[in-house]
Amino acid sequence: MTTASPAVPAIEPAAKSRRRRWWPTPKLIITVGVACVIGYLALVPLYYLLWGTFFDAEGFTLGGFARAYGDDRIGPLVVNSLWFAVGAALLSLAVGTALAYLNVRTDVPFKGLFFAASIIPLIIPGILYTISWIFLASPDIGLLNAALEPIFGRGVLDVFTVWGMIWVEGLHLSPIVFLLMVAAFRSMDPSLEESALMCGASRWQVFRKITVPLTRPAIVAAVLIMTVRSLESFEVPALLGLQNGIYVFTSRIYFVLRSYPPDLAAAGSLALGLLVLAMIGVAISNIVGRSGKNFQTVTGKGFRPRPMELGKWRPVMGAAIVVYFCLTVVAPLLVLLYTSLLKFYQPPSLAAIKTMSLDNYRELLELSQAMTALKNSLFLGLASATLVMAGMAVAAWIVVRSRIPGRQLVDQFAFVPLVIPGLVLGLALSFVYLRSPIPIYGTIFILLIAYCTRYMPYGMRYAITSMHQISAELEESAQVSGASWWQTFRRVLLPLLSPGLLAGWIYILVVSFRELSSSILLYSPGNEVLSILIFEQYENGKFTVLSALGVVMVLTLVVLVAIAYKLGAKVGLKQD
Amino acid sequence: MLHVQNLVKTFDGERRRRSHAADRDRARVFAVNDISFEVENGSLFTLLGPSGCGKTTTLRSVAGLERPDSGTIKVGDRVLFAGQAGGKPVNVPANERGLGMVFQSYAIWPHMTVFDNVAFPLQVKKRATRPPKKEIAERVMRVLQTMELADLADRQATKLSGGQQQRLALARALVIEPPLLLLDEPLSNLDAKLRESLRYELKRLQRELGITSVYVTHDQVEALVLSTSIAVMKAGNVMQLGRPREIYENPNCRFVAEFIGTSNFIAGTVAERENGRYVVNTADGPLVLDSAVTVPPGTDVVVSIRPEAVEVSTTSRSGEVPNEWTGNVLTRAFLGEAVDHVVAVGRHEIRARGNPSVSIEPGTEVHLRMDPSKLTLVPVD
Repeated sequence: MTTASPAVPAIEPAAKSRRRRWWPTPKLIITVGVACVIGYLALVPLYYLLWGTFFDAEGFTLGGFARAYGDDRIGPLVVNSLWFAVGAALLSLAVGTALAYLNVRTDVPFKGLFFAASIIPLIIPGILYTISWIFLASPDIGLLNAALEPIFGRGVLDVFTVWGMIWVEGLHLSPIVFLLMVAAFRSMDPSLEESALMCGASRWQVFRKITVPLTRPAIVAAVLIMTVRSLESFEVPALLGLQNGIYVFTSRIYFVLRSYPPDLAAAGSLALGLLVLAMIGVAISNIVGRSGKNFQTVTGKGFRPRPMELGKWRPVMGAAIVVYFCLTVVAPLLVLLYTSLLKFYQPPSLAAIKTMSLDNYRELLELSQAMTALKNSLFLGLASATLVMAGMAVAAWIVVRSRIPGRQLVDQFAFVPLVIPGLVLGLALSFVYLRSPIPIYGTIFILLIAYCTRYMPYGMRYAITSMHQISAELEESAQVSGASWWQTFRRVLLPLLSPGLLAGWIYILVVSFRELSSSILLYSPGNEVLSILIFEQYENGKFTVLSALGVVMVLTLVVLVAIAYKLGAKVGLKQD
Repeated sequence: MLHVQNLVKTFDGERRRRSHAADRDRARVFAVNDISFEVENGSLFTLLGPSGCGKTTTLRSVAGLERPDSGTIKVGDRVLFAGQAGGKPVNVPANERGLGMVFQSYAIWPHMTVFDNVAFPLQVKKRATRPPKKEIAERVMRVLQTMELADLADRQATKLSGGQQQRLALARALVIEPPLLLLDEPLSNLDAKLRESLRYELKRLQRELGITSVYVTHDQVEALVLSTSIAVMKAGNVMQLGRPREIYENPNCRFVAEFIGTSNFIAGTVAERENGRYVVNTADGPLVLDSAVTVPPGTDVVVSIRPEAVEVSTTSRSGEVPNEWTGNVLTRAFLGEAVDHVVAVGRHEIRARGNPSVSIEPGTEVHLRMDPSKLTLVPVD
């Protein structure tokens, strides 16, 4: 990126001549600075991860791999990981796609519930979602099991199995598939289906021969993305799998690091294995995504989509949606709320209801950790969202608009963290700052760096998309009017980018607020965030206090999202 | 061939937000408001009108993609839709109507080859009626040959040009030899030059194959060139139904006159009427004209004069011929095949279109002559 200097004067001859001697312009400082930070964030952790895995005090070693995968552990580990990840991906695909098709293409009732059912699970943090399913379907204490006991006998549902893990992860991911597939179905010209109908094809033939092949790129992409996300998922395997010794990569890494003394090289070896799997998934989805583009040629210029009439199936589908909504939204939230009001965890009964009180919330107020965690989470969310979006706005300019040689590298570096699972990033960063002289290990700033790195790719995607939507002429006309690069950026580009940047900012705020998998390896006492505190409370068996904390966390997120949505509406950011 | 009777289709507008029954009725939007028409065997019938006039909704109702509120739709003796009007309601689903349709976007399936696109309608037939593979291939190739696409059969459908895609869409619609072909603005996605050549191409094909067609367009020239008869629609109603020439020369209302071509409109009052010859008093003098419409003297009317019915001349033949007005040329415009003059006569500005050999300087005093048989009496709406 230091090669940037020769290209700068070409765009800004006026600014150059005003300066007597060569002096770095603000443009140079800002662009080079941003590019360097991106490169640093993306590459340094990986480098240290490799170094820490392959080198110990005596030099190059593969001992970590032997300790990590030896004793025939590799087989079950890979099988469990893939079984869990593919299972969860397929479940989320089936549920998400079916709901998306019903919502976009049919006259199904309760479309408002759909919206809630698709947005709210995105807000509920994974750890709370997992814990609430433990409350519902654990063989010992699950409320659903208690309800089903008279019919099927004790403990018919067991959430502490691979199937249980698939169920929880799949349901938690299904809203993302829903949103992806809604976009895919919406962008499809409805006359493609109508013309098949006119050709005499039945509804089922239309779905099989037209709808599915045309949305296949989106379907394949969704499966791969969800598989990678499930592979990287930490909450579900850690809380549900460890109980019965079902290990996947993420939970194994956590297990290895928690035993004493922590075996960093073995953890690193596992992390590299996970990284390779994730990279394969992302690479396949990129290839599929590229080849899928030649389908996107037909635009829906014609008629507004007319929903298909379900006829006698309408009430059935309506009921199915209500059930889905209850399972994914109402039951998990209700069980949290219910538990948060109890003195000790027990199935609902008259006696239980009589003991209900707000004591847990009172205890929360007295728990000094809770306030610290809330403050830390808020600080980290706001700071990482702001830093990432500010940096990515500049980075997007470099990639989309500038002629700086090597600008594509900035793009690629910014996307590197996408393939790094959160837990691996946490591990890599601890490698870096345990050895680095920068004294941030054990402070909140290491978490900030982790969050910024993790969410850089998302910020980049938002910024680049909006940058592409702004015509280059708007910028050029500002330059012709005599504005310097910085003035153009600040007064023309930033205001025009702001809807997209704000959308990205909201997204990062929400996801960093609930981040757990990289925080779990990087936090230190006093620097807990909310999700860490919930994890600790769970391990200590304090279910009731935990639930109260969870309710507070969900409420905070709802308020944050609502404020952001209101703000967004003002600047024209209404995404439906 | 196609009989459409008392077709009504409403959309619910904002109905869901209101609770009172009275409001509910008010909020319903009539997309198609009680229209009826017949299409004769082998003819091309055009639904013409501005966007939002209900022409596409009517076509989609015939196709079965839209469910009308009431009315009857019959192809030949087969009832495709019957709502309310006596007997039990019938609504044959779109995929059982066996009609051919060409969509505005062509709706070419991008994941199939040219051949597969055309073979699809035959392949999805029920097992009992599905032709054997060999016959499918023959029929597909035959129709591709007619459309001059046979060489491109193995090509991916998205690799075709706009004109080829249009022919492919037509081939797909025709391969099942439907009794009725529905065309929804099939030329509107093409550039002007291609559109013009395809217009004649389409006309030739339709005549040669003798296929009964319903055509939807907002382009009046297209409608005039292609149609056997035209229904001009406005806000869900058919304003005028007739042969192209009839509609152009004798619009029955101001909307039709304005929508089809350009026209000069001069308001006046019927002064006298004798054997179909009228004298209309206007602000700038009387106009004599022939009309088949019956209007009693004293009625307010509008006289529609096509620009090409106005002759511009520097010499006066006053007294010899009726309807000579005198005015000054305001502007003129050279259009290539014609010259337009805008002439100020009293309060009116009258547009005249004539041979390019007659071109008169602005400011010159000229005489306008208007043939009584070419003026149209339009009742005031």
